[in-house]
Amino acid sequence: MFGAAAMTTMLGLPIPLWQRLADGLAVTLQLTVFGALLAAVFAFLAGFARISRLRLVRGIAFGYTEAFRGLPALVVLFWLVFALPSLGWQLDPLAASVIAVALNIGAYGAEVVRSALAAIPPGQWDAATAVNLSRGQTLRMVILPQAVVTMIPSLSNLLIELLKATALVSLVYVQDLTFQGQIVRAATGKTAAVFLGLLLGYGLIALVLSGLMRALEHAAGKWAGRVVNS
Amino acid sequence: MNFDWNVAWHSVPALLDGLLTALLSIAIGYPLAIALGLLLVFPQRSARPWIRIPVRVVVEFIRSTPLLVQLFFLFYVLPAFGVELSAFATGAIGLGLHYATYTSEVFRAGIESVPTGQWDAATALNLSTTRTWWSVVLPQAIPKVLPPLGNYAIAMFKDTPQLTAITVLEVLSAARAEGAQTFRYLEAITMAGLLYLLVSLVLAWLARRVEQRYATTRGIA
Repeated sequence: MFGAAAMTTMLGLPIPLWQRLADGLAVTLQLTVFGALLAAVFAFLAGFARISRLRLVRGIAFGYTEAFRGLPALVVLFWLVFALPSLGWQLDPLAASVIAVALNIGAYGAEVVRSALAAIPPGQWDAATAVNLSRGQTLRMVILPQAVVTMIPSLSNLLIELLKATALVSLVYVQDLTFQGQIVRAATGKTAAVFLGLLLGYGLIALVLSGLMRALEHAAGKWAGRVVNS
Repeated sequence: MNFDWNVAWHSVPALLDGLLTALLSIAIGYPLAIALGLLLVFPQRSARPWIRIPVRVVVEFIRSTPLLVQLFFLFYVLPAFGVELSAFATGAIGLGLHYATYTSEVFRAGIESVPTGQWDAATALNLSTTRTWWSVVLPQAIPKVLPPLGNYAIAMFKDTPQLTAITVLEVLSAARAEGAQTFRYLEAITMAGLLYLLVSLVLAWLARRVEQRYATTRGIA
């Protein structure tokens, strides 16, 4: 299949196969970034909805978090890709992948947001009422800045879980890093090297992501300090 | 196409067969995760950096990489080294290994949550190491570790559909087979989802029960 003698290689792997892995890496990174953005939307919407004064809003958010924390991400993904089309909705596999991982991680994120909001001492709410802040102002200026700082370590863990969940999309033929790794394995037969390389690749991405989140945590700490002090 | 309840009910026996396999994989994988997780705590608390650091790196590495790729690795690479395991055994071991890195973190945090003064007091009372662990440290650490350990049991169950990728016939595999037979994936996958949801809720309820029971007996003692 690959004329090894005629082909330029790097670390014993032909360049076109490296190209495949690079393409796969790009897809994995895209899934991680867009998945994380959508998951953040779900997490904050549902997390705030959980402290809403409207019973219906609270109920919907509760239903969402309970359902998607109980459903495996892979089953949601299979449902979106294989079951939803028979109801007349054909999603692009990449879009279905982003939605599936975001629904799953977003439900866990909603719990993080909810508990961070609940952990703010009630005295903060009372103080805000005393200085005549509206509920919206209190949330935006008093509660959120303090809550965000406490959320970040948990959200950072969830980001790594999201990265790991993106590997599932290879099972619905989305050509991410894991999918391309399988192709390279089949082409070369270097099973141990390819899978170990894949794992190292994911480990490296995870390392970079946690580094970024630590920087964000640091920045948020400073920002919250400023907001609260001003 | 509308949801056909007849087709849906028809898929249930096959899905329940799959569920049995999934639960069996947990029955092997979870005790493995607990045992291995406990074993991994000690080198991570070692005073010698050349023991502590490599173990921490490996634990962190396994924890931050996808279970799916780890399963592929075990499934395709172990036979090359002469280790011939069934797909089911590979899956159960893969789950156990992956979750051991989570449980070891839980145990470590639980043990470190016991104030150092408790250790000092045990030393002052001249308690043996075994006695210190058994009567002082563990009774204080266990209530702290039970809730996260329960959550990881549920998380592990929800990772069992990934075993379909290494040909284990669990719930999702059964749903795919049913779908392929009837050309109706909608009913089979929906029923599989409902089954997962139901079992997750039951497991969550059981975990709460265990926590509560432990909390009360400790209160009496």
